[in-house]
Order: sequence, then structure tokens, then C-alpha cells
Amino acid sequence: MQKLLKFLKPYQLELIIAPIFKLLEAIFELFVPVIMAKIIDNGIANQDANYIFRMCGLIVIMGICGLCFALTCQYFAARCAFRYGADLRKALYEHMNQLSETEIDKFGTSTLINRITNDVTASQSGVNMFVRLATRAPFLIIGAIVMVLTIDAELALIFLMIAPIVGFLLYFVMHRTIPLYAKNQKKLDIIARHTGENLDGIRVIRAFSRQKQEVQKFQDECADLERSMIAVGKISAVLNPLTFMIMNLGIVAVLWFGGMHVDTGRLSQGDLMAFTNYMTQILLAMVVLANLIVILTKAQASSLRVAEILETPSSMQNGTELPEVPDSGEILSFRDVSFSYAGAGDKALEHISFTLQKGQTLGIIGGTGSGKSTLAGLISRSYDATEGEICIFGKNIKNYQLKALHRKIGTVPQKAVLFTGTVRENLQFADEHISDADMWQAVEIAQADFVNTLQYGLDTHLVQGGRNLSGGQKQRLTIARALAGKPDVLILDDSMSALDYATDARLRNALHTQCDGMTKIIISQRATSLMTADWILVLDDGICVGQGTHESLMQTCDIYQEIYHSQMQSGGKKS
Amino acid sequence: MKATIARILKYCRAYWGYLILTVLCTFIGISLSLIVPVMIGKAVDYAVGANQVDFAGLGKIALLLGSMILVSSLFQFLESLFINKLAFGTVKDLRSELTEKLEEMPVSYIDGNARGDMMARVISDIEIVSDGLLQGFAQLFTGIVTILGTLIFMLTINVKITVIVVLMTPLSLLAAAKITALSHNAFQRQSKLRGDIGGFTEELVGSQKLVKAFAYEERAEKRFSVMNQELAEAGLKATFFSSLSNPTTRFVNGLIYAAVGTVGALGAIGALPWVGTMTVGSLASFLAFSNQYTKPFNEISGVVAELQNAVSCAQRVFEVLDTPSEPDDSQCEVMHSCQGELECKDVSFSYLPEKPLIQHFSMKAQPGQKIAIVGPTGCGKSTIINLLLRFYEIQDGEILIDGRSTRTFTRDSLRNQFGMVLQETWIFTGTVAENIGYGKPGASREEIMQAAKAAHAHGFIKRLPNGYDTVISDISGLSQGQKQLLCIARIMLTNPPMLILDEATSSIDLRTEHRIQRAFETLMQGKTSFVIAHRLSTIQNANLILVMRDGNIIEQGSHDELIQKDGFYADLYQSQFAG
Repeated sequence: MQKLLKFLKPYQLELIIAPIFKLLEAIFELFVPVIMAKIIDNGIANQDANYIFRMCGLIVIMGICGLCFALTCQYFAARCAFRYGADLRKALYEHMNQLSETEIDKFGTSTLINRITNDVTASQSGVNMFVRLATRAPFLIIGAIVMVLTIDAELALIFLMIAPIVGFLLYFVMHRTIPLYAKNQKKLDIIARHTGENLDGIRVIRAFSRQKQEVQKFQDECADLERSMIAVGKISAVLNPLTFMIMNLGIVAVLWFGGMHVDTGRLSQGDLMAFTNYMTQILLAMVVLANLIVILTKAQASSLRVAEILETPSSMQNGTELPEVPDSGEILSFRDVSFSYAGAGDKALEHISFTLQKGQTLGIIGGTGSGKSTLAGLISRSYDATEGEICIFGKNIKNYQLKALHRKIGTVPQKAVLFTGTVRENLQFADEHISDADMWQAVEIAQADFVNTLQYGLDTHLVQGGRNLSGGQKQRLTIARALAGKPDVLILDDSMSALDYATDARLRNALHTQCDGMTKIIISQRATSLMTADWILVLDDGICVGQGTHESLMQTCDIYQEIYHSQMQSGGKKS
Repeated sequence: MKATIARILKYCRAYWGYLILTVLCTFIGISLSLIVPVMIGKAVDYAVGANQVDFAGLGKIALLLGSMILVSSLFQFLESLFINKLAFGTVKDLRSELTEKLEEMPVSYIDGNARGDMMARVISDIEIVSDGLLQGFAQLFTGIVTILGTLIFMLTINVKITVIVVLMTPLSLLAAAKITALSHNAFQRQSKLRGDIGGFTEELVGSQKLVKAFAYEERAEKRFSVMNQELAEAGLKATFFSSLSNPTTRFVNGLIYAAVGTVGALGAIGALPWVGTMTVGSLASFLAFSNQYTKPFNEISGVVAELQNAVSCAQRVFEVLDTPSEPDDSQCEVMHSCQGELECKDVSFSYLPEKPLIQHFSMKAQPGQKIAIVGPTGCGKSTIINLLLRFYEIQDGEILIDGRSTRTFTRDSLRNQFGMVLQETWIFTGTVAENIGYGKPGASREEIMQAAKAAHAHGFIKRLPNGYDTVISDISGLSQGQKQLLCIARIMLTNPPMLILDEATSSIDLRTEHRIQRAFETLMQGKTSFVIAHRLSTIQNANLILVMRDGNIIEQGSHDELIQKDGFYADLYQSQFAG
């Protein structure tokens, strides 16, 4: 929690006000039994109706004040917590945007999402609870102890004996149940996973008519969950009755020994009653305190997870220059570039060199894991080369401001990801000012003319990242998205895999004829998609095993020939 | 709402013994715990002042009190145990039934509903039913017993003060209701905003690379900031309003406490003759009762909200349970084997009545023939699978296997005649051996290894950390190609007379692709096979080519016939080698 303290700094005022008011409320609450005792001892004993009225009036006034104090405290506590949470969430999100791919890969996106949603919320409610309860419960306990001590120190010993027992009980139950609850959650996760797998594999399951076995498996899982839920239930079922028992047996002891003290005149009848009231109050406050400790432990763990991200610096050095694209000549060059992923032993790319002129098309071909996407990542500076130099637009890639560089490069990822929103919003992803005309042109080049047939055209809403589109449609839209930004360099990372040959060919043709100033880098597994490229790199296991034009590679590169022939087979003869 | 509650209670019926025990234990436990303050009051009455303490009486009371406390805690403990059995048992039954339903529902239902939504019904909705309804019932019941019990006890002490307390109750209820209403709206808004922001981060952080590649960071931060601000304000409101309930009810209780104190104390000194006589002890216990009496009102308003939530979740669960299952076909004949002659006669089908898809389609495949299905992306090749395996029923015409309509057989036995390997592979969490042996329960390790060898999967399986016993899942480190090889091995093992295959396109490395191709060839020997084809060699060798476009079969014939026809297929074919 300490690491996030600076996020609480703007809310110092709230942090002071809220506990003070809570304290005031608690003080008032503490006095109610005293006043009631006075009513009994003075009012009833002296038959003083006036006194009774006054004192009860006092209780009401104290109640009103208590209410106001409580509300003030709750308001400031909530304000402090929620603004703290908002600041933290914002800072975290902005920090995530600063992180480079290396760090994002290290954490994994699901971790990042979890931290920005659940962990921040847990930390926030920790602050809220802490501000609201951290003063009240301990104060009530200490105050009540002081009160009972002043009433009758000897009798208070009974409480001092009971309190550790209750404390231990609370600790024991929580200590035992918390890991068990986590285990139950895991069992529920298993059922969730199984359900998901069944929904995905419904056709396969039915094709093998394995429904009965699946049902059996579900039933076993449900029964298993039930058993362990009942097991935890047994432990936590002890808590309330046992606390009730200890507390009330304590009161019985107080009554008995208190009775002795009343007999000797050390204690009045009213005091005895007040004493029993305080007992109840203390024990209730202990239960609150125990819950508070659980919440704070959770919040602490969450806060640490949030702090871990905030403390991770970006390993990517931002440059200062703005890229200027030359009108002609060399656009991109790799000079003896090698790369290995952080923590990985083997190099993902070794000694890659090539140059590319403006408007040319570079093809990269190779099997899975040969380093094609890694190479693309180096061009968009998702990663920095470990050795060698990459020059783009005439200067070392590290000289440029990252965002400015990214605006010049259009990327189409392997996985066709679209965002929730309209088609228009997706096409304007690179720049919100892209005109309709530019969007339609991009759509046309990307062979995504189906947009015309959508009910609302560009304003059609894409459900859940385009679930209402087919794989091929999504892919074509991601291509259109990259084109709409009119990039100087376009990277297509195996992003035509869901297109049939005819569409693939039309797309390449359109890119060739309509985007002649654009330098294109096409990664593919299909030799046909790359045949017409100006330069082709053949990658195998991170090594460039051949480069040149299609014709020259057909002469010189065995692997390229193998790929080509396996894909053409008999059909090739006809071409 | 009533009907839903009644239906939930029906599920509890299997545990009616526990239900009765729960009610009984609550009754005993709560009533005894309610008497405790009376006894404390009586005990205080025995200690009037110096030298006026009746130790005999006090001792008796203390003993009685002690034993009551013990019995009450025992019953409270038992109550928790029984309600656990009741609640968790009911939930288990409900969830089992729901998952069972999953296996019986028509495929169209699953296709038509979002996966996340179905998951939510099986997992979180049922959890809410468990928490809300059953524990809500328990609380409601405890509350009612407490209210009735305290009322009775208060009445035995003093009727008139009790009337005062009862008259003041609406105040407490009103305050609670008002607060619940206020915070309910705020909470709804908060959870909506939280969902929005969660969705936003999931989408954008999940695609962080894209955000960076498009330099979208600033705009994303702006959007995030707006939502974040709204969430903070809504959360502040919701939390503040809901946190009102404790102090407010405490305040109302304080008022009742003061009123009881005043009237009681005045009664005790005889200033209010209509109140009747009252001892200090009975005043003490009355005060304790009035405190306990008001508490459940506070909780009940919370319970009602929880109940409503639970009922709406239960409705979502019942909705699924109420969808009709695939019609019962246990009377139909079981198809044990077939030759593999398949004929479609004048078949018509559409997913939506207003959007006709396949119309009057006929074709015939002889045993052992190869049928290629070609067409652009998204042309609806999966429709063929849906119809052949009767995941969807054709609306007109007939599909015949060995000359007999597929409708005369049970769906399960019909589907068993087909082996299906799709590009969307299905790997479930389990060992490699379990995945391969899926279609043949009880297959020996030897058989599984034979199948894997035939599918050219043995090599990579051997290199996995635990070989055939390696636990894999859909998201585990297997490549797409490896997953497909496993699916092929699955079919190798069952060896059905007819096949539906989806050829690999891309995203598969060369060597694996070769292996898949060879495995397919082994698999297809002597079987009637439908191949969703991407490679020319497959297409040209096919006995029959079905050309699909926009969900419809637009051309059929052999390669040469179709080229001569110079239609869509010819176009498609020519374009493959166009630069």
C-alpha cells in the first residue's frame, strides 16, 4: 500500500476529516449506555421524571449528531477512495500505454487487464473501508475497555480473558476458510472451462455421440464442487454460533461476579447493565475488525500488484526526431540485424540484411516460427534489434519519436482484431479526421466492398469486435483500416490467410496499381501471394536462407522451390 | 416472479428434510437467543444494590442462561449446516440439469446465443441464485422469527410500550426503502460503467500492439479518462447512498431506544400510570428486545433486493431449461454401419425463412468417392456439415444413405458414420491420449498410438514432456497444425465410413502441412469423403465438385465439366495464377 500513498496525497483533507467525524460518532455511541445507566440509577432511583426526559432528549440529540457525523465521514471516505481509484486507474492505464511490447509480453495482457480492473477496485475499497472503519472499530474496542475498566477493573478481567479467545477463533476460521474458498473458485473455474469447451465443441461431441459422458463429467464436477462447498460451509458455520456462545457466556460470568460486586456495594445496578452492554459492543466491534483485516489484506495484495506495474519502466527509448519520408530512393534497410527476445536464449533472427526502395514490395516467406512476424515487429519498432542497425526513411529507427513513426507505418496484424464500434470508428483508428472518401477508397483497395451491403454502411455497428462478420471479412477490414491512414509503409503480417486465392490476387493487384508510392511488406505462407514482389526474403528458423526475386529464388533457393512446388503441385503446370 | 420462486422451491424438494430441519433449528436457535436478554434483565433484577443480591436466584438464572446459550448456539450451528446442504445441493442439481440440457439442445440454439452469455448462465447466474435466493430465504426466515419472537417477548413485558415500538417501525422501513431505492439506481449505473470500462480495457489492452501501431494511445487515454471520471462519480454516489443505511437505521433505532427508555423509565417510577409497573430489569430486557426487533427490518430490505436479483438470474437459467431439446429419436433405428453411398434429393434449406439458401439441391456420391467443396471465404461450407450430420434439419427433400432416408435413423448413430476434421480444431483439457481416444471410449494405448502414427502425430507427441500423458488444452502450446493432426488421429481411431475434411490453408508450417495432407490421404482410402478444398490437386482429383457462393450451391460437376461450363468455378480457377 505504501507505494501507492502518493495517490492519496491530493486527498489529505478527506483523509483527516473522515476519521475525525467517525471518531466523534463512535464517542457519542459509546456514551449512550452510560446515559441509560444514569437514567436507571438517578432518574428511576430518585423518581425524577424531569431527569429522565432530559437524558432521553440527550440521547436523541446525540443520535442526530451521530447521524450527521456518520454521513460526513461516509461522504469524505467515499470521495477520497473513488477519486484515489480513478487517479490510480488513469495513471495505470497511461503507464501501460508507455510500456513496450517486451514488458507487455512479460506481464501478459490478461494480467494487465485484471490489474486495471479488479486490483484497482480492490485497492479502492480497501481505502474506503480503511478510512471508515480503521478508526471506529479499534476506538470502540479501546473506548469500551476504558469504560469497563473505570466501572470495575476487576470485572473487566473477564473481558480481557474472552477477547483473545474470540480473536483466535476469528483468526482460525479465516485462516482455514480463505484458502478453501480459493479452492472452490478453482473448481468453479473447471466447470466454466468445461462449459466453454462443450459450447465450442458441440459438433464434435455430437458427431462422436459422447453427450452422456459429458453429462457424467459435468455431474461429477458439480458434485465435487458441492462437496467442497459444504466442507468450507462446515468451518464457517462454526463462527457465528461460537462467537455468540463465548460472548454470552462471558456476560453470564459478568452477571455472576458483577452480582457479587453489587452485593458488596462496589457496583450499582445500572453499572452492571452498562457493563453487559459494553461487552456486546466490544465483541461486535471485534467482528468488524476481523472483517476489516481480511479486506485490507486483499487490498494490500492488489495494491502491490498495481504498484508492480507502475514501477516497471519502459525499456523502449523514445527518440526526438520526426520522420520525413523521402520522395524516392531508399526507404528501409536492415544492416546485419539480429534479435533475441528478452529472456530467450536463442536468437529469433540472425544477421538479416536487405534494402528496400520507395514503392517496392517486399515479400517474406517461411514456416511458423521462422521469425517473419518478429521481423515485422522490428520495422514498426515494437522491439529493438539486439545487434545491427535498422534505418527507415534515411535515419536510424531509434532517432524517431515512436508515435510519429507509428503514424507513418500501417500494420495489419496476423489476427484480425476489430474494435467494438462502427465500421467508421474502426477505419478511423489511425486518425479521427480521415474522410469518408478516403475510407471508401481504402475499402475498395482492401476488397472489402461488402461494407456497401451492410445495413448501415460505414455506420454499421460491429458486435464484439466483429463477431457478426466472417473471418475473411474481418481480415479485409483490418487491411482497409491500415490503408485508410495512408501510411508510407504498409506491413501485412500473414493477413490474407482467410482470403481465397481470387480475392487475394485482386487485393494484391489493387495494392500494386493504386498505392504505388507506398512501400509494402507482405508476409505470407503462400508462394503465390509473393511471386510478384520486388524482393523476397526466405526465412527458416530465424535465418535468411535466400533472398531475391521469384525467378532468381527459383534458381537458387531449395527451400523456396520446395514451398512453391508443394503449393502448386499439378495445378502449377496449367499456369 | 411467483412462478419462478415456486419453481426454485421445487428444486429444493429433494432436500425437503433439510428444509424442515433448517426451519426447526432456526426457530429453536433464534427463540432461545431472544430469551437471553430477558434472562439478563432478570439477572440484573436480582442484583438490586449492596447486600440486596439474591445469589440463589442469580445462580439459578445464570445456570439456566448458560444452558440456553449452549443449546441456542448448537442449533444455530446446525441451522447453518442444514442450509448449506440445502443450498449447495439445490445448486448442484440445477447446474447439473443445465449442463445436461446443453448436450441435448439443438445446435441452432447454441449457434444463436453468445458463448459468453451461455457461460454466464451456467456459472455466475447460478451462483447468484445460490447466494441470493437460498441464503436470502434463510435471512428472511431468521428475520421473521426474530421480529415475531421479539414482539411476543415485548408484549409479555409491556403491551403499551410494545405498541409504541410497533408504531415507530414504519419509520425504520421507510428509511431503509428510501435508501435502497436511491442506491439501487446508483449501483446499476456503477455496474454498467464498470462493465463498460472493463470491456474497454479488455479490448484495448488486449490489443495493445495495435493501439501502439496506430498511435492510438492518446485517443484511447482520452476515452478512458472520460469513462473513468464517470465511474468515479457514479461509484461515489452508489457507495455513499448505500453507506447511509447503517447510520440511518442506527439513528432510527436510537430514536426507538430513547422512546422506550423514556416511557419505560417513567413507567418504572410510576409517572405514567397507563404504562403499568416496570422493573429496572424488565426495562433492560425491553430495551434489548427493541434493539433486536428493529434490526431485521434493516436487513430485509437488502434481502428483497437480493431476492429480486436472484429471481431474475433464475429466470435466465429456466429460460435455457425451457428451450425444446432435439426431438426424441430413441424409437428410430440405429445405424450400425453403412456402405457410404450418399444421395441428396431435392434438398432445400435456409436458416431464416425469409432468406432462402439451398434450394432443390440434388447430388449422389458413390461409396469411396471424393466430393470437393470449393468457394470463396464465407460461402457457407459449414452448412453442408450442418445438414449431413443433422445439426440442422433440412426443410424439404431427403438425404439418403445407402438408399434410406437419414431421418429413419437415430441422430447419434447417423453422426457416428461420419468423421469430421475441421480447421477450427477442438481440443479439450485432458491428456493427449484422452483427446485422441475421445470417440472410442476404452481404446487401448496401443490403438491410440497406432492412430497417432497413422496420422503422423506420433513424432511430435513423443517429444511432449509427458508423451501421450501430457495434459493439453486449446490454449496450450500446440500449434494449429499439431492440433489438427490430433483431430485426424481421433478419426483414425474410430474409422467411420464417411468423412468431412477441411483442408489446411495457411498458418501452418510446411512440414506439418505435408503431414496433414498425407494423413488425409491415408484416411480417405475407400471412404466417401467431403473435402472443403483449398488445393488444386484435391479439387482436380475429386469425383464431384460442389461450388458454393453466398451460402448456396451454385454449380456442380467434375473439374473438366466445370471448366467447360466457363462459369464461376472457371473464373475462380483461372484467378489463382493471376498476378
